[in-house]
Amino acid sequence: MNKQIYLAFINGHFPPDWKNLATDLRHCLPFTFEILSLKVNLRLFHSADRHQYHSTLLLGHLLKNLPEQGEKIIGITDVDIYIPILTFLFGEAQLNGRGAVVSTYRLNTVFYGLPRNDKLLYDRTLKEIMHELGHTFGLVHCADFECVMNSSTYVENIDLKQAFFCQSCQDKMGITCDKRTT
Amino acid sequence: MKPYKILIVDDELSVRTSLNEWFLEDGFKVETAESAEDALYKMHRGPFDLILLDIKMPGMDGITLQKKIKEIDADVVIIIMTAYASVETAVEALKLGAFDYVTKPFDPDDLSRLVRNALKQKELADENIQLKEKITELAGVSNMVGESEGMKRVLEMVDTVAETDSTVLIRGESGTGKELIARAIHTRSKRRYFPIVAVNCGAIPETLLESELFGHEKGAFTGAQYRRKGKIELANGGTLFLDEIGDISSQMQVDLLRVIESKRFTRVGGGDEIQVDFRLICATNKNLEKLVEEEIFREDLYYRINVFTIFIPPLRERRSDILLLTEFFIQKYSRTMGKPVKKISAAAQEILLSHPWPGNVRELENAIERAMVVGKHSEIMSEDLPLHINEQEKKKDNFIKLDDLEKQHIEKIIAEANGNITRAASLLGIDRVTLYNKIKKYGIKR
Ligand SMILES: [Zn+2]
Ligand SMILES: [Zn+2]
Repeated sequence: MNKQIYLAFINGHFPPDWKNLATDLRHCLPFTFEILSLKVNLRLFHSADRHQYHSTLLLGHLLKNLPEQGEKIIGITDVDIYIPILTFLFGEAQLNGRGAVVSTYRLNTVFYGLPRNDKLLYDRTLKEIMHELGHTFGLVHCADFECVMNSSTYVENIDLKQAFFCQSCQDKMGITCDKRTT
Repeated sequence: MKPYKILIVDDELSVRTSLNEWFLEDGFKVETAESAEDALYKMHRGPFDLILLDIKMPGMDGITLQKKIKEIDADVVIIIMTAYASVETAVEALKLGAFDYVTKPFDPDDLSRLVRNALKQKELADENIQLKEKITELAGVSNMVGESEGMKRVLEMVDTVAETDSTVLIRGESGTGKELIARAIHTRSKRRYFPIVAVNCGAIPETLLESELFGHEKGAFTGAQYRRKGKIELANGGTLFLDEIGDISSQMQVDLLRVIESKRFTRVGGGDEIQVDFRLICATNKNLEKLVEEEIFREDLYYRINVFTIFIPPLRERRSDILLLTEFFIQKYSRTMGKPVKKISAAAQEILLSHPWPGNVRELENAIERAMVVGKHSEIMSEDLPLHINEQEKKKDNFIKLDDLEKQHIEKIIAEANGNITRAASLLGIDRVTLYNKIKKYGIKR
């Protein structure tokens, strides 16, 4: 079970108080997490019409940068991402695949005209990373309101769920989550 | 949960792949078609629950395609996808029976809500058919036998209360069909042309129940980007069915009491009071009186909802209905599974009749469904029934009374002696007078 998963922070976007990210992920996911800082020329994926960045193209680029010994790569960016058919995304993953993208742009309270809340932004990002990783392990959306695999089409859904896979999702993935105390 | 099947019809590859991905993550089964011809071909291999259809594709126009699809499957739900420019076509599609339309690109929340609603609509249509079956079943039980006094009384009460607008409290163990009774009341009431909105209060987390019931305004809490109507508002004109009412928190009890008394409420984060008109039906399997005594359930709310009470007897108290229900479920599943099972063996009937059915009608239905899935004969055999029901029967065998055992044995020997009492007595090792006495005692037929 010693799979190497890369957390690629795109263009130096890595808040200093996120040092615990790998530890917090390991409460549920028994893998080795490696934090990478990745330089990406995001202009390649920019849509001038939409002022957003094409998530699937970015994901394709990340996969090309997956180090040889790596099992999966998950890119974390602070720009607003989209796919042509949708107005925005919190994240995108290859179902049963090797890569995923998470955008913090709409996880940030500032986006909604509210005061900055670093703790909340961290919690949301952590949950979204777990969610997209869950997809890469083949999980689909879960009906359990509190399960991290519950579908989130708007941000209050994310706040309702826990940084936790429900028992049924844990079973499907073959993992056991430690009860967190945070 | 049944996995729904969705067909995505769009000539643009990126639309097909991204929607495919989106719906796969949502647990749907997805197929895609890149043209009208392709779509019709896939429809023939069908069936799909929902079709997302791009109205503007090269070749056959979307409206013609929609008509052809409806010819193949009149029940399939169609959602039209359109670019901004073709909204007029979309309106035409709606007139032809499309469920709704979305303009590209979609907001993720709009899309998932639209799909959810569309499927719910479809399920409701399916459910209406099921409901009809279930009501005839209930009615059938009372008309055909009249042996089960308990159920007859329930149906009489349903008829009586349906005509009034009174609040109803339905009580019974889980699996007795409380929601079915609530729906039967609604469909027989003057509110039947308005919705019945059911909320399972026990299944929704406390944090969500408030906004689920009362709805919320845009911006009510972080990320509430949309205004949402709550279940109370959706039940306007119709019936609000609150299942597991005994499970709600004390704060929610206060809020509910206020709505029930005033028929007014405000959405979460909203200022304006909204007037609603609904009939309230509650259900519980809890001992509410005890909860009131323990001060877990408010006494004033208890009196508000406990106006007209219908108690559904557990299946073990109306055993005469077991075989009728069994027959009903056999018919139902032989139809839906396409299996020619018509009967149930005497031994299996015996097991069903002696089982205590702690899970009530639902447990019985599950048992029959399972037996029909695993069974290999045109008749349900005892070994087709779920293991725990068979075990129960064996356990019962071990505790058979000595008298019953003696009676069974005597019957068996008499049958073997072809009714010759002298021979039977000698086989049993007793004299004829003793045997005659036992025959009289046990009422054995010769
Ligand atoms: Zn997801
Ligand atoms: Zn789950």
